[in-house]
Order: sequence, then structure tokens, then C-alpha cells
Amino acid sequence: MREAILLLAVAALACAPRQAQEVPSPERAAAGDTSRNNEYGAGALSVPNADPFPSTYQQLAAPPTVIRNVTILTAAGPRISNGALLLRDGKIAAVGASVDAPAGSLVIDGSGKFVTPGIIDTHSHLGVYASPGVEANSDGNEATNPSTPHVWAEHSVWPQDPQFPRNLAGGVTTVQVLPGSANLIGGRSVVLKVVPSRTVQGMKFPGAKYGLKMACGENPKRVYAQRGPSTRMGNVAGYRAAWIQAEQYRRKWDKWSGDKKGEPPARDLGMETLADVLRGNIYVHNHCYRADEMAQMVDIAAEFGYKIRSFHHGVEAYKIADILAKNEISASVWADWGAFKMEAMDAVKGNLALVHKAGARSIVHSDDPSGSQRLNQEAAKAIAAGRLLGIDVHEDEAIKWLTLNAAWALGLDDKIGTIQVGKNADVVLWSGNPFSVYSRADKVWIDGALVLDRDDPEEVWRTDFELGYVTAPRGGTR
Amino acid sequence: MTSSIRQAIGVSRTTAIICGLHVALAVSVAAQTIAITGGKLYPVSSAPIENGTVLIRDGKIVAVGANIAIPEGAQRIDASGKWVTPGIVNPATQLGLVEIGQVADTREGSARPGEDAINAAFTVWDGLNPSSVLLAPARNEGITTAVVFPQGGLIAGQAAIVDIVEGTVSDMMLRSPVAMVAQVGDASSANVASRGELMVRLREVLEDTRSYMRRRADFERSQTRDFSASRLDLEAMIPVVQGRLPFLILADKASDIDNALKLARDYNLKLIVGNGAEAWMVADRLAAAKVPVMAGAMNNIPTSFSTLGQRQDNPALLRRAGVEVILVGTGSSPDAFNVRNIKQEAGNAVAYGMVWDDALRAITLAPAELFGVADRVGSLRAGRDANVVVWSGDPFELSTRVEHVLLRGKTVTLGTSRQDQLMQRYDTLPPRYSKP
Repeated sequence: MREAILLLAVAALACAPRQAQEVPSPERAAAGDTSRNNEYGAGALSVPNADPFPSTYQQLAAPPTVIRNVTILTAAGPRISNGALLLRDGKIAAVGASVDAPAGSLVIDGSGKFVTPGIIDTHSHLGVYASPGVEANSDGNEATNPSTPHVWAEHSVWPQDPQFPRNLAGGVTTVQVLPGSANLIGGRSVVLKVVPSRTVQGMKFPGAKYGLKMACGENPKRVYAQRGPSTRMGNVAGYRAAWIQAEQYRRKWDKWSGDKKGEPPARDLGMETLADVLRGNIYVHNHCYRADEMAQMVDIAAEFGYKIRSFHHGVEAYKIADILAKNEISASVWADWGAFKMEAMDAVKGNLALVHKAGARSIVHSDDPSGSQRLNQEAAKAIAAGRLLGIDVHEDEAIKWLTLNAAWALGLDDKIGTIQVGKNADVVLWSGNPFSVYSRADKVWIDGALVLDRDDPEEVWRTDFELGYVTAPRGGTR
Repeated sequence: MTSSIRQAIGVSRTTAIICGLHVALAVSVAAQTIAITGGKLYPVSSAPIENGTVLIRDGKIVAVGANIAIPEGAQRIDASGKWVTPGIVNPATQLGLVEIGQVADTREGSARPGEDAINAAFTVWDGLNPSSVLLAPARNEGITTAVVFPQGGLIAGQAAIVDIVEGTVSDMMLRSPVAMVAQVGDASSANVASRGELMVRLREVLEDTRSYMRRRADFERSQTRDFSASRLDLEAMIPVVQGRLPFLILADKASDIDNALKLARDYNLKLIVGNGAEAWMVADRLAAAKVPVMAGAMNNIPTSFSTLGQRQDNPALLRRAGVEVILVGTGSSPDAFNVRNIKQEAGNAVAYGMVWDDALRAITLAPAELFGVADRVGSLRAGRDANVVVWSGDPFELSTRVEHVLLRGKTVTLGTSRQDQLMQRYDTLPPRYSKP
């Protein structure tokens, strides 16, 4: 019996990605093929829609921009000392020892400065836990049921959260905004560009996959102590029950979208999300501290045939770094937080370096609007901690903890995360080595447009909330 | 000072560090006289000294300078190319008071608020845990002294300053109390409905303390009116109204700071402003009143309507106006686990405009002076306790490693904290549960 379950799990693992390509999920089909929609009568038939809140993000017009005489940490290989790069039409158009500046280019001298890809934070609650942190702004946890896959973080995001411009000033260009960790299954995440917008749709990263937030351990069992789950075994039973239901739902819908026979099955928003996880269209981001619990989550993923893309907070990732490497699961972790609860008591400063050494992807994340502004400093502390262990992670490698590895966790490593020709021109110009405590992001570009400039006090992004309440920073300094 | 990242020199394997180098140093603790030679000294109380020597005897610094004769038989610590500073002071911590944040049994930082939210008699250090596993990580990163703070209510209680040495609470204690901690601006924690009511309550306690002082005998005979606080709380407030014990008022909003300033004027209090998110807005008034501010440089978020003006150059702006600044942790995790990050706070203060020397002073001599222990710690000066740190470079820089820590003249054995042990255990997977 046990073997049979294992076999099924393996089959599901193997099939999931193929299904996603060959038999489009009903969501994909409906979104991409309008004629089919019309066949049902526009709006008359409720079928799943992969993209009901489409991104309206528009990249800003910007002149070609050349940054010269600058040290480039590419996150794609060794640094380029005294190099140059050209940003044009939203992309990195050239990078090397020198580049030609097209007519009309803005040319910036980067002497003594450093360029890195835009920082990516895989774990943010910007907008859903907006500042000021009053009850009315507390929109991150739908703590009314231990399993809420039907909620979407984007529906809680307040674009006027004053934390957004501050994050940008820390060189952060892309964030994954997640629901909180009260629930076993907390809902969908959303990937945002850190840009001013009237709407959350205007911040959504075009083409980014959704994520699903799951949470292990103390938080769910504490929040639901009265109604359950109240134990870790209750937590696990909860995840498995949800996936069993989701797998049934997926089969039903995949069959119907294949043959279109009879009435379409009834829609269920939560199950739509979980089914798309099983199809490989949504990535799982799993809040999980303890090594033993992470190992159990890996087994649950295998049982139902989905992949965990990143363990978040994993303060004990170093204890199972080999298992993470083998299963291609990244670790989104802090440099030095710990001891705020039992499951965080074994936090060590060598976590990132030890995970890196084992060959798994280390990612510095924040879960905090203040820490997110200094992810570069967090990485620097982790490099230093690694050196004390004899693990010498070069800065040219460690920059990936903030960029490429995070991009991979979001499925965006083909678009962002490195300074390479063809990538989106999300670029930070630092006043010095980004791993120095004294360095600050002087200028930040998103898709080639200058969105932060400390040298231009007239052009400081101030949210609606700040007007009249927060004295304007002078010289772009906050 | 340099702002460049200094690449740490190649380091051998963990085990070599743990079992070799530092243990070897620990063995030589017995030596009575220690000479730290060749380093770049930052005494704080005086100008930096290139290629200087710190001479230590029987736990005290006996000489600091460029041309110090080194006695025969002194143990030498070569600090060539290194930076040498006094042990760092973290002036606002929960170190030893909170072990695991969410485990109530391990939290000792506050007294029950009670109806009046006044706990002036609360001596937080009675709950200090000298066996906390969080002491070693702080010490190993060059933090040798910490102020332990009570939290909560209207008047939280009394703070103390301790050295992070191994031993009993008495062994650790430098001075207690060093401040009475209170707050203005947070009505709900004070069990009142508004700022105005909170100020009334504070004034009432101060008035009652004055009255109680004069009429103790009557009070014992029950011949006084009712007082707003218990006998023990009023007793504890006496040195505050006498202006002998600093009244450390946590206040963020500019108008709250003004209220604190007025209270201090009206009652002749020795005021310290803590938190001070918007202190930069009232910097001139703080300077005129010679009121020091305990603030940080790693928070710029308008987290509440009291902190709308929070910004990272707050310490720099305050210093520029002539206010004494004591840097405290305001980073994302300024708890007992990260007492060590006060250095990062100082680095960020510099990144946001504070003069480097001021930032070092703000986490060494300034808090030592403020809390009345400058004759013991906070500077490299003859007669002071030998709390000395040798760094591979700039102590604020994130790549800098601690080479040596001396606490009251004893060499601290580095690399043996619980966190170090976990890392050693899991350096090779799967681990051996008999090691380390």
C-alpha cells in the first residue's frame, strides 16, 4: 500500500509539468483563448481565469543610459572592474569593459561606485501590513480558517504604503508580497515592482507566476489552538487534507477542459489555486523554521506531486542543507535573527554560508520593511560569518543571495537577477561596495527608468499618505 | 576612517579556530600583565594613537600610549594592523532578561502593569539570567557592557548596567539603578485614554513622591491622603524627584518630547529622552536643555502616528545641533539575540551623516558617562577596567572580525557559544550527535 502511494506520487511529480504544457489548465485556456470564452457567451459562464487582475504596469520612458567607470557585480560571473553598461528600451543592452553611448544617452560616471542588479526580496509584506501599523491597515492574515488558499495578497496591498519608497531606497526593485503565516495555507502571493502606482495592478510584475504561502509550526497551531490545528500533527493533517481535495478538483477540471463534455464543474477559488500548484503553475513558498518540519514538508510535496520552491525563515536550513540541495529547494533566510520563539532558537549566523556550501540556493530575505532596506548589509554579515567557519563565499557569489537566487525562487531568473545583456534593466548604483555598512543606493533604475536618485531632492517618491504627515526628506535621504 | 571593505585574511576551518587559536589564548589568562601592542588605538577619551600599546595589569588598564615600556614577562598580544577600542556598550537591551521571546517563562523584562501601570520599584536585574546563552554571542562580537531595561506600563521600573562577564548577577553588575524608565505618548500601555491623562498621571506620581518624602512618618501612621502609587513605588521615585537618578522617558513624537522637557523643567528632573523618533525636530530645545537622546539610525518607517518623522539621519541631525546622542538598536531585530548589532547601528549612523568618532563615542564613553560608570568602562584610559577589543579593522564594518576580547583583563574564549557549537555540529552532514 505504502509503495503504491509512493508510485502515484512519483507519477504525479513527473506528469505535473508536462500537463501544464500539453494540456493547458482551464485557467490558461480561458485566459489565452477569447474565442472559446465567446463560445460560452461572454461572462455568462464562470470558468477559471488565470489572470483576472492583469498587470497594467507600464515601463517609464527613459533615455538610453550609460554608467561608466564602475565596478559591476554581475551575479553572473566575476565582477567587472572599471566597466560600463548601457540601459536601453528597458533592457540591459550592453555590458563590458566599455560600451558605446548612443546619441542622446544619459552618461553617468560611476567612479568609485558599484553596480548590482536590483535587489529582490522574496519575503515582503509591504502593502498588506502597511504603515502606520494600525488595526485598519492589518491586512496580511486572513486568520479565520487554517486553510485559506482562496485569498490573494494583492487584494490587500495598499499602493500608498509609505514603506514602498523606503524599500526602493534600499535598492530593492522587486518584492514578493505574501500573506502572513497564521494559516497552514495562507493564500496567493503577488510579485510587485517597487514603483509608484495608483493601483496594485500597476505594480504587478508582468508575467510573474503567483506563489502559494504555506506555514509550518508554531504560528498556525498557536492561532488555531482552540479550534484546531493545535499541534504539529494537526498541521500536517491539515495540509494533506487540502491537497487530497485539490488533487480531486484538478482531475475533474482537467478532464472537463480536455473533452468539454457536459456542465463544467463548480468553481472553488481556493481549489483553483491549489490545483494550479499541482499543475506547476504556482510556486510554493513555505514558512518553516525547523529542519525536521522542512523534511516533512518535502515528503508532503512528493506525496502530492508539487514542488516547494523556497523555504522561508528556515533558521535550521543548515541542518538539512544537503536535503535542500538534492530537492532543489532554496532557503530564504535571515542573516542573524533568532530566539524570538522556540522554533527559532537554533538560528546561527553561518546559515547562509552553510547552505551555500552544500550547493543549495541561499537567499537573504527580510519579512520586515526595515530589514528589506538593508539586505545588502545582511548578506555582508553572513559572508563574515561564513569566513569564521572557513567558508569563503566571494562577494561576486554572495551577490546572488540578493538577486539571482531570489529571481529563481520567483521563477523570474530569465528576466531579472543578473547584469547580462537582454535582462530587464533593474539596476542599482551604490555609493561604494554594497557589502559595506557605509554604502547606500545612490540611484536605482527599474526597466531602464531612473526611479530613485539621491542627487535629485525634487524627485523623491512620496506616497499619498506622507503628504502633510511626513516632512519631506531633504536630498532624497530618509 | 575607512569606508572600504577589508577582506578578511584567510581563515582556517572552524575546528581549528575553536580548538586551536582561541583556546590557546584562554590558557594564558593567568598572566598578570598583558600588553596589546602595535595597534591603532581608539581610546575615545583622547585622540587616536597609531602603533600604540595598551598595558593591562590585574584587570585594569595601567597605561595607554605610543611609547609604553612593556614589563618583562608581560603577555603580548600583537595587534599590528588591527584596531583597538574599548569594549562596546549596548545602552538599551533585554540581554539576559529574555531568552526565547515567545516563551513566557523566559521573559523577565517587565512587571505586571496593574491598574496604575506604575512599577517604579521594579528592579529588572533581579531577573537577570547570567547563564543566558545569548551573552556569549554578544561578548564574542565585542560587546562587553549592556544596559538592561525594564519595559511596559507608564513607569516601567529601574534599569541597570552590567558587564557581560561570566559569573553571577553580582559579578556582572556595574551599577544599579542607572535610570528610572517611563514613557509618554503611549496611552494604552499606561492604562489611560489620552496623552493629557498620561501627563496628569505622571505629574500626580511626582507630586505624591514629593509629598511622601516629607510625610513618611504620617504615611506609616495612615495620616496622609491616599497616594497614586504604592509605598515601594514612591520610595523608588525619590531619587528621581531629587534629580539624582535619571528619568528616562521614552518619547517619539516631537510634541511628546516637548511634554517630557516641560515635565523635567517643572520638577527639576534629570531627563534622558529615549527612542526619540522625531527628536531631530526639537533638536535645538533638547540641546538648550542639555538633554541627551538615546536613538538609532536604522529605522525610517512611520510605523505609528507617533513616529511619522522617523528617519535615519536623526542621530546626525541631533549631534549637529549639539545634543548628546547615545546610539541604541533600532534595526529590524534589536533584541537580546542581536545585542551585537549595535555596531551596525553605529555604521548606519555614519552612513547617514554622523561623524565616525561621535558614533564610536555614542556606543562607548557616552553611555558610560550617562549612566555613571565612566570611571570603569567606555574608554581606554589608565585606571579603567580592561574591557578591550582588538578588531581586524573598522569595528562598524560588517566584514570586520573580532580578534580578541578582554573583559576586566581576562581573555574571552571566542567561538564556543551555543550558536558556534551548532555550526560546528552541522558543518558536516549528517551530524555526529556526540560532537562537538
